[in-house]
Amino acid sequence: MPERVKMPKLSLEERRTTFSEVALGLDASMAQAEAERCLQCKHRPCVKGCPVGVPIPEFIARVKAGNFAEAADLVLSVNALPAVCGRVCPQETQCEGACVRGIKGEPVAIGALERFVADYRRKETSGPTPVPGLAGVKVAVIGSGPAGLTAAADLAKAGLKVTVFETLHAAGGVLRYGIPEFRLPKRVLEGEIQAIQELGVEIQLDTLVGKTVDLTDLRREGYRAFFIATGAGLPRFLDIPGENLNGVYSANEFLTRVNLMGAYRFPETDTPVRAGNKVAVLGAGNVAMDAARTALRLGAKSVQIIYRRGREEMPARLEEIENAEEEGVRFELLASPVEILGDERGWVRGLVVQEMTLGEPGPDGRRKPVPVEGSQKTLEVDTVIVAIGQSPNPILVQSIPGLELGARGTVKVDENGRTGLADVWAGGDAATGAATVIEAMGAGRRAAADIIKTLAEEVK
Amino acid sequence: MYKITAKEQLAPGIFRMLIEAPRVAAKARPGHFVVLRTHEAGERIPLTIVSTTEAGEVEVIFQVMGKTTAYLAGMQVGDGLPTFLGPLGVAPEVPEGPGTVLCVAGGVGAAPILPRAKDYSQRGWKVLTILGARNEDLLILEDRLAEVSSALYISTDDGSKGHKGFVTDLIPELAQKEEISEVLAIGPVPMMAAVTKVTRKLALPTTVSLNALMVDGTGMCGACRVSVGGETKFTCVDGPEFDGHQVDFAQLRQRLVQYLEEEKLALDRYKKEGECQCLNG
Ligand SMILES: Cc1cc2nc3c(=O)[nH]c(=O)nc-3n(C[C@H](O)[C@H](O)[C@H](O)COP(=O)(O)OP(=O)(O)OC[C@H]3O[C@@H](n4cnc5c(N)ncnc54)[C@H](O)[C@@H]3O)c2cc1C
Ligand SMILES: Cc1cc2nc3c(=O)[nH]c(=O)nc-3n(C[C@H](O)[C@H](O)[C@H](O)COP(=O)(O)OP(=O)(O)OC[C@H]3O[C@@H](n4cnc5c(N)ncnc54)[C@H](O)[C@@H]3O)c2cc1C
Ligand code: SF4
Ligand code: SF4
Ligand code: FES
Repeated sequence: MPERVKMPKLSLEERRTTFSEVALGLDASMAQAEAERCLQCKHRPCVKGCPVGVPIPEFIARVKAGNFAEAADLVLSVNALPAVCGRVCPQETQCEGACVRGIKGEPVAIGALERFVADYRRKETSGPTPVPGLAGVKVAVIGSGPAGLTAAADLAKAGLKVTVFETLHAAGGVLRYGIPEFRLPKRVLEGEIQAIQELGVEIQLDTLVGKTVDLTDLRREGYRAFFIATGAGLPRFLDIPGENLNGVYSANEFLTRVNLMGAYRFPETDTPVRAGNKVAVLGAGNVAMDAARTALRLGAKSVQIIYRRGREEMPARLEEIENAEEEGVRFELLASPVEILGDERGWVRGLVVQEMTLGEPGPDGRRKPVPVEGSQKTLEVDTVIVAIGQSPNPILVQSIPGLELGARGTVKVDENGRTGLADVWAGGDAATGAATVIEAMGAGRRAAADIIKTLAEEVK
Repeated sequence: MYKITAKEQLAPGIFRMLIEAPRVAAKARPGHFVVLRTHEAGERIPLTIVSTTEAGEVEVIFQVMGKTTAYLAGMQVGDGLPTFLGPLGVAPEVPEGPGTVLCVAGGVGAAPILPRAKDYSQRGWKVLTILGARNEDLLILEDRLAEVSSALYISTDDGSKGHKGFVTDLIPELAQKEEISEVLAIGPVPMMAAVTKVTRKLALPTTVSLNALMVDGTGMCGACRVSVGGETKFTCVDGPEFDGHQVDFAQLRQRLVQYLEEEKLALDRYKKEGECQCLNG
């Protein structure tokens, strides 16, 4: 049986000093060779693993035949951001996790193939299917992350007049300010956003809905439905001593300075960032891996991930953990941060951690970390990046009277993204808490479909 | 683009501008601020909304401190700002008077204090104002503050106008003469810290407006965190105004110098490129 085609990667030297994309992508012959490995299973298990239902065997068959444009059309019919998904989906637990080939040996590289067809032809061509009566009806999407952009594309295809409102000065949500250039080049994102704009979607930047305008204003301006896709952008801190010392960043601040503000090019750009020499990143999810790998590229001599559970429990994508490790990120596992120490001028000089051991499984099935008595140690570090999770930003939801909230400030919705208010839908991280790009997109699609259905009823 | 529609120099290194931003203007209340960028590679910096016009313009007054404010000072009427986000922060509710508020402004702090003083006065409060600066040339907004105050006291470090010394010198005497119910102090960090020291002794409730470093201004990054009453707050969404007797000013000062070297580098580079007119002239 032929082996899975390996995606070429940037050399390690280059990775330490540049922000160029690490995974270089397949070329046409590699893609075709990989497509050969697909068994074209009748029961399509891989498709069930994909939250948006990409027609995987069908598009792979087109790749095999060398018909890349048609393959791209098939993917684009359900996925507005394939170049992004192919790069950042946790395929091992989604499509590829369900691939029959993975039972014995390695699954088909579905993500790599999807990325290949999307890069091959980055233009959205599958035309909208307008719904009678909806032409020109105004709909507002709040937030321009994957949930908002996906919903906007689908709503526009139905003929609606869609405006996306975004607080920041650039669209894309976490894809813009969180996920670094070396994993998702900004030109890829820009290509996808442009395709969505070409569908007639208008994007209004610098607009904090809830402050700059509120839903009452927008209703008065004629907006008939709202999709809240404001993400989970509020950084959590640990509440341990020393968290406000100089040199302590939330991962959001660190990554925003680098990605959105371009601090890695300072002083070409005006926004500075300080990675320091010895960096500790608290947490072990995707966000932590991104922060750690970014710190290395900014010139940090040593970068450690501090995590209170074991290797098996790390929530980041496998590929990202491997990439981080290859690049020289070290893992201080079973260590829980207790205090950040400062020098006389208020800068970080150390991190005290408590050694942990894994005890009984908790309610979530994961083994709970418990402290090992009397075993604390101090790590010498000058920068601490806190990457222990985010919650939804309350500014918008607090401005909407009657909107029902669930745990941790998430918006309560049904399976179609409906809130208790007749003209308000919500989805993505704003409704689920921090999750994944593709789940956010799935929520965007479902809400868009329900908005289209509801408005079509109303105009009848 | 948000167009600059008026520009005026108020004092050496201090400028006033009107910027066209109808949505921001429509929603702005006293105490709100904006976050702006001057050019594509520029930084995001916060400035207080001083006033708004019927035509949908927002007034800002700023002092040249580093690269971004220098760049802004070099921009002209007709130029556009790529970002002008707002109104941000909590605009405090002023209860209906009567009551007496003492407003203490230091340097460019006169700009953020003006809309607040005006709000107090419109709600039937008696407004007493102390306006201080290093010297007479650096005093700004004297007329506009006088208009909303029942009494205005001037203080300069060198005595070139009004009282010679610090704004804090005038507080105890005023507190004896008047039934002051609250104090609002806005200015450089050391000045606000000094005011709170004096008013604590006098048991006068005191509000200050903190100028923490910011990035997004919407609660997303935590760069602006400050300690208030032992708790961490985000200046941009929980403030910028806080109870001055609860603020950890030492920490605020420590956090403000985080990028001193980089800020100097950026400014020096900008001056060398010869683009900066305001600092040399
Ligand atoms: C560093 C990092 C790495 C990640 N890596 C991966 C990965 O590899 N794979 C993966 O699947 N997932 C990853 N994730 C998670 C994934 O990015 C999120 O689940 C996803 O972006 C959520 O999409 P969203 O559209 O719900 O919200 P977001 O992407 O958060 O977008 C929300 C947008 O709304 C805007 N907004 C907020 N409030 C308002 C308002 N009041 N008015 C106007 N605009 C507003 C915000 O500025 C933001 O642009 C990562 C997350 C981070 C932070
Ligand atoms: C809510 C809020 C409202 C503000 N309103 C006004 C206003 O109305 N008018 C005005 O002139 N300024 C105001 N400021 C301060 C203003 O944002 C800063 O002066 C500005 O960001 C400096 O940017 P820069 O690039 O020119 O200087 P930088 O190069 O960033 O800094 C130069 C020097 O100024 C110091 N500095 C940097 N940022 C600040 C800051 N936020 N506060 C005090 N010192 C700082 C640095 O430590 C350094 O020494 C406000 C700040 C906040 C948080
Ligand atoms: S969208 Fe994600 S989960 Fe679905 S097929 Fe593509 S890579 Fe797999
Ligand atoms: S499960 Fe794997 S082999 Fe089967 S159709 Fe899907 S991708 Fe092809
Ligand atoms: S400026 Fe980013 S949270 Fe306040």
